[in-house]
Amino acid sequence: MPEHILELKKIGYSYHSLHGETLALKDISFGIKDGEFVAIVGPSGCGKSTLLSIIAGLLAPESGTILVNNPDGSLHYPRVGYMLQHDHLFEWRTVYRNVILGLEINHLLTEERLEYVNQLLIDYGLDQFRDKRPSELSGGMKQRAALIRTLALGPELLLLDEPFSALDYQTRLTVSADICRLIRQTKKTMIIVTHDLSEAISLADRVIILSARPATVKKELPIRLTLQDNSLLAARYAPEFQDYFSQLWEVLTEEERREEE
Amino acid sequence: MTMKNKAERELPDRQLEFVQAHRRRHHQVTLFRFLLFAGFLILWEVSANLRWIDSFFFSSPSRVVKCFLSLCADGSLFLHTGITLLETVVSFFLVFLFSLLSATLLWYSDKLSEILEPYLVILNSLPKSALAPLFIVWLGTGTTTIVVAGVSVALFGSVISFYTGFKQVDPEKITLIYTLGGHKRDAFTKVVLPGSVPIMLSTTKVNIGLALVGVIIGEFLAARRGLGYLIIYGSQVFQLDKVITSILLLCLIAFGFYKGIQYTEHQIRIKLKM
Repeated sequence: MPEHILELKKIGYSYHSLHGETLALKDISFGIKDGEFVAIVGPSGCGKSTLLSIIAGLLAPESGTILVNNPDGSLHYPRVGYMLQHDHLFEWRTVYRNVILGLEINHLLTEERLEYVNQLLIDYGLDQFRDKRPSELSGGMKQRAALIRTLALGPELLLLDEPFSALDYQTRLTVSADICRLIRQTKKTMIIVTHDLSEAISLADRVIILSARPATVKKELPIRLTLQDNSLLAARYAPEFQDYFSQLWEVLTEEERREEE
Repeated sequence: MTMKNKAERELPDRQLEFVQAHRRRHHQVTLFRFLLFAGFLILWEVSANLRWIDSFFFSSPSRVVKCFLSLCADGSLFLHTGITLLETVVSFFLVFLFSLLSATLLWYSDKLSEILEPYLVILNSLPKSALAPLFIVWLGTGTTTIVVAGVSVALFGSVISFYTGFKQVDPEKITLIYTLGGHKRDAFTKVVLPGSVPIMLSTTKVNIGLALVGVIIGEFLAARRGLGYLIIYGSQVFQLDKVITSILLLCLIAFGFYKGIQYTEHQIRIKLKM
């Protein structure tokens, strides 16, 4: 069994305003294994995105620690790739200049990196669109371009913050499955925050349910699905799907009831 | 089947009809614009000839043409127009430069922008013509004073517009830069600046007009050359033909500037595909 590459220990975080302190996260502890896909779900406004920002290093936790245990024994914090709610491709840049944005910012426009980007553009079917503007791409292609932009920097850990919530429902079903399949091919570790239970079950190896604010880990649910075929939506037709859904639903509604009281 | 054929036949006709109606409208607008102008000129000339109005005070198209030709002949027209154009263009570019610099500084430091906010608001609402006499005392009468007057009219509003534009950039786009390992500088050069091009262009369009206003105010008070000077001089010696000719020239200049900026804006939008 692979070790946890990242281990959160009693992470706490509060928001401060003149009206007082709001405790957002309280004693959050869980580990993430190498190559694992973890989904974090929870009632809206419970602090899922805050937690992701902390893991990404964009915010510093007010209490608790994150332990790093890289597979190769090195001590650096894993390089993080972050995908936001919207693709945020810049209309004033071509698709190609959008996907190399990260390399440009980090002054990493080396031949080797650009070769990798070119390969991804070919693999993801975007090669003939490289000189187009983002608005000329379909929703799915934009997400693929955003993924290339993230992968270009060679992240070890991918964080997705409700990355498909801006898409319409039908597009979202296929695009989320598509993007996660592409990420699985890269064998990277991924944490996805979502409020869509079906999405969490169909994409993740493990679902972590957070409680209402202040968020704590309410339940961890490992997912094992028997897939009938290789199609994008196969996970949603797996026999175990409904059972997992009911379990998650139960925990979450209980949580919402508690919040209302 | 017949229905379908009919529909297919009719579609192009309707399209043609639409295009024709559009063209007709366009021609009508152009025609009425021209008629309005011609009618105005004719009415003005006739009124002056029939002595409905006193052409000493109100001039007339023929007197304006005569005045225009005589000003051309002694070359003073080109001098005055050239000076006003030059001063306006210099003011305009200085305003653009200062606005960009100030708005950038304000964007970089929230504290600075919070400190300066009330001052900017006051300076923006202050009638800048009130400052012109001060400029004359401080800087004397000459091109510098007039350029400063031109800059002062446009600058503060322009800084506020640029800064507002910078602030309106989607904060998530800035977060994206940070997630890609960028810093504040990258957020500015990769997102804020390119994202604010449209608002900078529209502000620029207003600025050229304001710079012209400032330059004319300056020339009224502190010049020996320029169209503003010609207007004041003409009114003082009761050569109202000169005044009206200068005003008409100002109309042309304002129109020319507007068209020039519009063309530049169009070119930039094509280049950036916005």
